[in-house]
Formats: sequence, C-alpha cells, structure tokens
Amino acid sequence: MIARRLDHRKNLLWIAALVHRLSGLALAIFLPLHFLTLGLAINGEARLEGFLRWADQPLVKVSESALVFLLLVHMLGGLRVLVIENLDWRDGQKQLATVAAGISAIVAFIFLARVL
Amino acid sequence: MTVRLYIWQRGTAALMLPLVLVHVAVIFYATRKGMTAADILARTRGSVVWASFYGVFVCAAAIHASIGLRNVLTEWSPLQDRGAGWCAIVFGLVLLMLGLRAVFAVVLA
Amino acid sequence: MSDPQAELTVALWRGAAQGRYETYRVPRRASQTVLDVVTYVQRHLDPTLSYRFACRVGMCGSCAMTVNGRPRWTCRTHVSNVAENGRLQIGPLENLPVIKDLATDMRAFFEKWQQAKGTFAPSRTRHDAIEQIKPDSPARIAADAAIECINCGICYAACDTVRWSSDYLGPAALNRAWSLVSDERDSGNRARLAAVAASGGCHACHSHQSCQEHCPQLLNPTASIAGLKRRTVAAYLKGELKP
Repeated sequence: MIARRLDHRKNLLWIAALVHRLSGLALAIFLPLHFLTLGLAINGEARLEGFLRWADQPLVKVSESALVFLLLVHMLGGLRVLVIENLDWRDGQKQLATVAAGISAIVAFIFLARVL
Repeated sequence: MTVRLYIWQRGTAALMLPLVLVHVAVIFYATRKGMTAADILARTRGSVVWASFYGVFVCAAAIHASIGLRNVLTEWSPLQDRGAGWCAIVFGLVLLMLGLRAVFAVVLA
Repeated sequence: MSDPQAELTVALWRGAAQGRYETYRVPRRASQTVLDVVTYVQRHLDPTLSYRFACRVGMCGSCAMTVNGRPRWTCRTHVSNVAENGRLQIGPLENLPVIKDLATDMRAFFEKWQQAKGTFAPSRTRHDAIEQIKPDSPARIAADAAIECINCGICYAACDTVRWSSDYLGPAALNRAWSLVSDERDSGNRARLAAVAASGGCHACHSHQSCQEHCPQLLNPTASIAGLKRRTVAAYLKGELKP
C-alpha cells in the first residue's frame, strides 16, 4: 500500500502556522494552571512560596523556559500575521517566520541560563 | 469565523502585544535568584497599576484564547459553529474567572 | 544492455475515494512531461485509466494533478524536474471528490466561486460612456495582480484550511472576489463583501501561503485575502456590512 504524500506541508510557512496553532493550544492549557498557582496567594504567601520552591528544580525550570519560548513564538508569529493582514504585502515571509522563531529561542535560552 | 469574531480576536491580539512584552520582563525580574513569594507579593499588593495591567491582560487573553480555541475545534474536531462556540464560551469564562481571581489574590488578598 | 534511467516507475491512483496506486513502467523520453507519461499509460498500457487534459500547453488548467505530493499542471511539469530516482507518484487533486482515477469532481470549487460573488456586476450599460480606468491606479494594479487565475484548482488542493473546513470558500474564489472588489467598474461590492465576511469566508484564512507557493500563475491569494480582510473590517466598522 503506497501512502499518499502531502508535500505542501513541508512548506516553512505551513510549519510556522502549525507552530503558532500548537503554541496557542499549549498556552491555553497552561493558562488555567498558571492562574490557579497565582491564586494560591489568596490565603497568604506561604502556599505560593511552597510552590515556588518546588518549582526550583531543574526540570521545572526547563519547562518554564519552554513556556517562555511558546509565548514569544506565538506572539511574534501572530505579529507577522497581523502585518500580513493589515499592511501592504511584503515578501520575505519565510525569513520573518525564521527570525520570529530564532528570537523566541534565544530569549528562552537566556531565561534558562539565568534560572538554572 | 465571522468578521465580528475576527475583529475581536485580532483586536485583543494587537492589544496584548505590548502586554506580553511587559509580562516577559516581569517574568525575568520575578525569577531572579533569591526572589521569594513574599518579595513578589510585596510589589503587587495594593497596586492599582498591576491590578489594571493584569486585569486587562486577563480579559484580553480570555477573549483571544476562546476564539482561537473555537477555530481549532471547528477545523480539527467534529464540532462545528454551535458546539465549538459553546465550548469556547465556557473556556473563556473559566479563564476569566480564574484569571481575575489570580489578580485578586496577588493584589488584594 | 538496459539503462535503469530509460524507464520510469509510475504509481497512478486507480479507483475513487477507495482505491490504490497501481504501478506502470513507462519509457523515458527527452523533454517528457508528466502529462506525456499519463497519456502513454492510457494509450499503450491501460485504456481504462481516466484523466483530464485539454490544451496541454499551460493555458487551461485542466490537467492539474498531485505529482509526488504537490499539485501541479502536469503538462508543464517536466519529468526530469520531479522524478525521484526514476519514480513518480501521480494522484488526483486533493480536497475534491474523486470521480475516477485522476479526474476529480470540481463542482464544489466552482460553486464556491459563485458563493463568493466571483462574478462581475456591471455598473454601466452600452449606452453609457466607457469608464476611464487608469492602469497604474492602485486599485487597478491590485486587480491586475490577481486577475490571471484560470481556475485550475491547484491552490484549492494545496490549502489545508480547505481540507479542514468544508465550508471555507478557498483561495481561488476569494482571490477572484478581491480582483472584483478592486475593480472600479464593478457594482456588486455590497453583496460581495457580505459574502466573504460570512462564516467560511476570508477570515478563515490562516495565511499558510500554500496557495501562493503552488500557483502556476504566480498569483498570491494570501495577499488578496488579506485585502479582503481589510475591506470587510472597514465595512463592518462603518456599519455597511450585514454579517
């Protein structure tokens, strides 16, 4: 059985759109958890402090760094789309998408370096 | 997606551009080595500025994420406009409530 | 002595929604196109193969098929550019029901064209003076950039938003709507903007740019759709749109 190929999905801009969608979904799942954590402060700082110290472990810090990446790549990818939709067309979209991912990775890396 | 939903989603997206940048700066500041919960809360407690900033952020995020979720559901799940719309509304309300509760927790509690 | 490069191994889709790829061996020729290959199979190997073509010179768009995973005009695709180690996989266009083998039912594609109000609505009659349109006006430049669409369906086949959303009008219909929105002679914009602002209209586009990437006419439906987004938002905010 020969599988059908969908090579249009190798296009960088399709991948950028997928990253944008998946990062949005990940952030949407994360956000309620984030709000619940901050809500721990409702009865004073002790429980929040307990969480923050639990979150000091390296694996959590790596996850936080991933979240920083997801937030930035979603924002910068979204900015690229807002430019396409609201300003005159400009070429070089593949380059812009790559730059967006690159900046997000760099900032996430800097975050990780600072907190580890 | 209709034009009305589109305007709300893109509008909240544009609004959140500067909010996210500030928030990333806050993240970097709050995760400095040695920052405790008490240190963070000392800066947020009683602050009208932080309450307003994060209040707006929570509202915008709730609208933006729920419309985004609606789009994903109509394209990637069997749900269509009505079912996806209801899921999105429920999700948006959950985010709004939990988010405003979190703002309350760090500013007023 | 047999030359391994003298023959192509070609997998062609046979059947409809249910079916399979069947393999044929086709002699390789200089300057051979994918359409030549399909025609060879039908004439010499299997007369039951169904496929479409007309002009065979890149003007009509009838011969569009999926070649090694990409939608292309088969008459303008040289085998030497796409064959991978002498192998080709040829199937019908995606996102359209398959009638048989390599021929798809394009009715949905054309119905969406109508739904997007992709037809010119005149504002003058033969008794009026001819409208003077400057070719270098911004609106005319925008219309000209979008106007060369020959309805081949490649963008529609390449678009995942079409795949994921059955009521999405698609890049070709919206691109044509934009060319008419930009046409100063047209009088149908009120209905047209309402049509493309509805569910399944221009706002469903995620700017994947698969349409632009594959269009053989080098059109950019993503840009056209962005133009529609701007016009519909402006119309909505001014209360001129009934969504």
